[in-house]
Amino acid sequence: MALQLAKPAPPDDDKRWKMIEVTMRRNGYASHALIETLHRVQGLFGYLDEPAMHFVADSLGLPLSKVYGVSTFYHLFSLKPQGRHTCVICTGTACYIKGAGELIEGIRSHYGIELGQTTPDLELSAIGARCIGACGLAPAAVVDGEVLGKLTVERLIAKIEEVKRHAT
Amino acid sequence: MQLDELNELATKVQQAQQACDHVVRVCMAASCQSSGAAAVLESLRSKTGDCQHVCVHGAGCMGLCAAGPLVEVSQRGRAETVLYQHVTADDADDLLAHLGGPVIQRLHCPTDIPFFARQQKIVLENSGIIDPEQIDHYIAAEGYQALVTALTEMSPAEVLREVDASGLRGRGGGGYPAALKWATVAKMPGEQKFVICNADEGDPGAFMDRAVLESDPHRVIEGMALAAYAVGASHGFVYVRAEYPLAIERLTTAIRQATKYGLLGSNICDTRFSFDIEIRLGAGAFVCGEETALMASIEGGRGQPRPRPPYPAQSGLWGYPTLINNVETLANIPPILRRGGAWFATIGTEKSKGTKVFALAGRICNTGLIEVPMGITLRDIVFTIGGGVPDAARFKAVQTGGPSGGCLPEQFLDLPVDYDTLRQVGSIMGSGGMIVMDQTSSMVDVARYFMEFCMDESCGKCIPCRAGTHQMHELLAKIARGQGTCRDLALLEELCEVVSAMSLCGLGQTAPNPVLSTLRHFREEYLVKLQDRDTAAAPVDAPETAS
Repeated sequence: MALQLAKPAPPDDDKRWKMIEVTMRRNGYASHALIETLHRVQGLFGYLDEPAMHFVADSLGLPLSKVYGVSTFYHLFSLKPQGRHTCVICTGTACYIKGAGELIEGIRSHYGIELGQTTPDLELSAIGARCIGACGLAPAAVVDGEVLGKLTVERLIAKIEEVKRHAT
Repeated sequence: MQLDELNELATKVQQAQQACDHVVRVCMAASCQSSGAAAVLESLRSKTGDCQHVCVHGAGCMGLCAAGPLVEVSQRGRAETVLYQHVTADDADDLLAHLGGPVIQRLHCPTDIPFFARQQKIVLENSGIIDPEQIDHYIAAEGYQALVTALTEMSPAEVLREVDASGLRGRGGGGYPAALKWATVAKMPGEQKFVICNADEGDPGAFMDRAVLESDPHRVIEGMALAAYAVGASHGFVYVRAEYPLAIERLTTAIRQATKYGLLGSNICDTRFSFDIEIRLGAGAFVCGEETALMASIEGGRGQPRPRPPYPAQSGLWGYPTLINNVETLANIPPILRRGGAWFATIGTEKSKGTKVFALAGRICNTGLIEVPMGITLRDIVFTIGGGVPDAARFKAVQTGGPSGGCLPEQFLDLPVDYDTLRQVGSIMGSGGMIVMDQTSSMVDVARYFMEFCMDESCGKCIPCRAGTHQMHELLAKIARGQGTCRDLALLEELCEVVSAMSLCGLGQTAPNPVLSTLRHFREEYLVKLQDRDTAAAPVDAPETAS
C-alpha cells in the first residue's frame, strides 16, 4: 500500500465532508472502499460532482479517471443533482407485463420528463429501476422511499402530488 | 459458545415461546410492508402491551404476497395455525378478540389450498415463523447447531463429504455441483482464502434471495461460516444489491448478533477457526452477478468480467482462491449438515437434488414465493400452486431464468423442472424467477424488452455483447413496429449465434436466449409482423425445416 501523503482538504467547510472522511477512515483509506465512499457521498449530497470526485480520488490515492469510471459505470450513481422528490418506477418483467409502460407514459405526459430526468424546477426526478423485487405488487413504484403496489397512473400522480404538497 | 450452551439457550427460548398462549406473527417482508404490515404490527403491539399470554412479533415472508399483509395466529398445544389475509391496522381489535375463538371469516386465508399444501420447505423452513431480527429465534429453531457441531466434532473434509453426498447444485442458475467448487478451493494452497455470498439478485422478476435474506438472515451466515470452515477461508463478503435496503439492514443486524454470541469472529467455539463477514453494496449493475465482475466490484472497480480460467476458485478476490456461492445455495447448507447429505439426496430428481425456491409473478392468481421439490412439473407450479391465469384469460407462456432464460409455451408444461430438462427445451432454471404471460403479451415485444435490458446492462468490455445486443435490439424494435423484413429476421438469427458464441461472459452468451426461445416456440408471431411476409415468408422458413 502506498504511503499516505498529506491529507487532502475537503472542497469546502460543509460538515458532510467529515462524515465522508469517517467512512474512508473506517475502511483504512483502502482503494477498494471506493464504491462505499461514493455511496456515502451520494447519500449525503444526492449526487457526485467534480469537486467530490477530486476529493475522493485524492483521499484514496486513486487517479480521477478511476473514480470517474466507477461513478459512471454503476446506474445508482448520479452526476447531476436530483429533484427534491424521487419517483422510482420498477421496469422489471412482472411490472412490464402488468403495465409499467403506462406509468412511465403517465409521468411523461404529466410532468414532461423521461426516466432518468429531473423536472427543470428540480421538484421531481423520475428514475427507472431494474427490479425492486416487489413483483407480487406489480406494477410498482417507489415515491420518496415508500413502495406503492398495484398502481394506476392516477394513483401514482396523486401520490407524487401529495408528497410535493407535504414538503411545501 | 459450545454445543451444550447453544442447546441450553435454545431450550430456554423455546420454553419462553411456549409460555405464550397465543403467538401472532405479522409478515414483515418487503412486499407485505409495502401493503401496510408495519402499521398492523404496531397496532397489535400497542394493544397487547406487556400481556404475557399473547406474543406479537414480526416474521419473514409467508409466501402468498398477493394476499398481504398476512398475519398468522397459533395457539399453544395446537399444531394448526390460522392465516389471515389483507389485514389492516383497524382489524387488530377483532383479531385479538378472536384469539382462541372462532376464525374471522372475512379475513381468513385457507391454508389447505394447494399453494401451501404442495410446497416442501427447506430453505424457507423458518421463513414466516421466526423473527428475523432475533438470533434467539433462529437458535430455538435449531439454528447454528450445524456450525457448532461441525466445528467441534467434524473435520473440514467431513463437512465437504456431506455436501458432496447431498448432490447440491448451485442455485444461482448455472447448476454447477457445489461440492466440486468447494473441493477446488479447499485443495488450493495458501493461508488466505475468501468466501463470497452472491446476493446481487439482478434478474427482473426474481426475489427469492431477497426473501431469504429478509426472512432468515442467520441461515445464510451459518451457511457461509460452514463453507469457510470446509474450504479454509477466514474472511467472507456478502455482495448485496443496494436496491434491497431491508435485506441489508437485517443482514447487518444478524452479523452483529452472531458476532456478539461468538458465532462469528476469532476462535469460534474455542477452536482455531476464525471467520468474519463484511457486507458490500452493489451500485446497480446487472453484470455484477457474474462472478468475476462481482469480484472486480468488491475490489472497488468497475464491475467488468474477465476471461476464465483462471477460475475464482483458483485465483479470485485480489488473486486469492475464492468460493462464490449464491444465497440460496448457502441457505441449503445448514439443513444438509444438520440432517445429513443422504437425507437431502432423497429429495428431488436423480440429477437435481433438493428443492428450489421460485418467485411467481406476472399474470398468475397466487403471486408470491414458493419452494417445491425439483422435478415437479411446470403445470403443477403454474396451475395447481399458482392458481392459473386470472380473469379467465388463456395461458400463453412462462418465462424462466430472466434475461438469460426463455419462454416456454403450453406444450412444455408437463416437463419436470430440473436443470437439464429446462436447458434442453431452450430455457434455463436460472435463479428462480417465473413470470407467467397470457394472450395479451406479444412475444416479439417480450424479446425486445429483454434485449433492451441486456443492451443497457452490457458492461461494454467485449464487442460482440456491446454492439451485438444493440443491433439485435434495433432489429427487434423494427420488427415489433411492423417495419421489419425477412432479411432483418435472418440477420437477427445470425446475430444471435455470433453473440452467444463470441461473448466473454454469461451476460452476452445468454442474451440471445429470449429471442431464440421465442423464435423457436412463437415464430409465427414474428412472421405476421414482417412487411414482406407474403412474398418472402417461404425462404425464411426453409432453412428452419432443413436443419
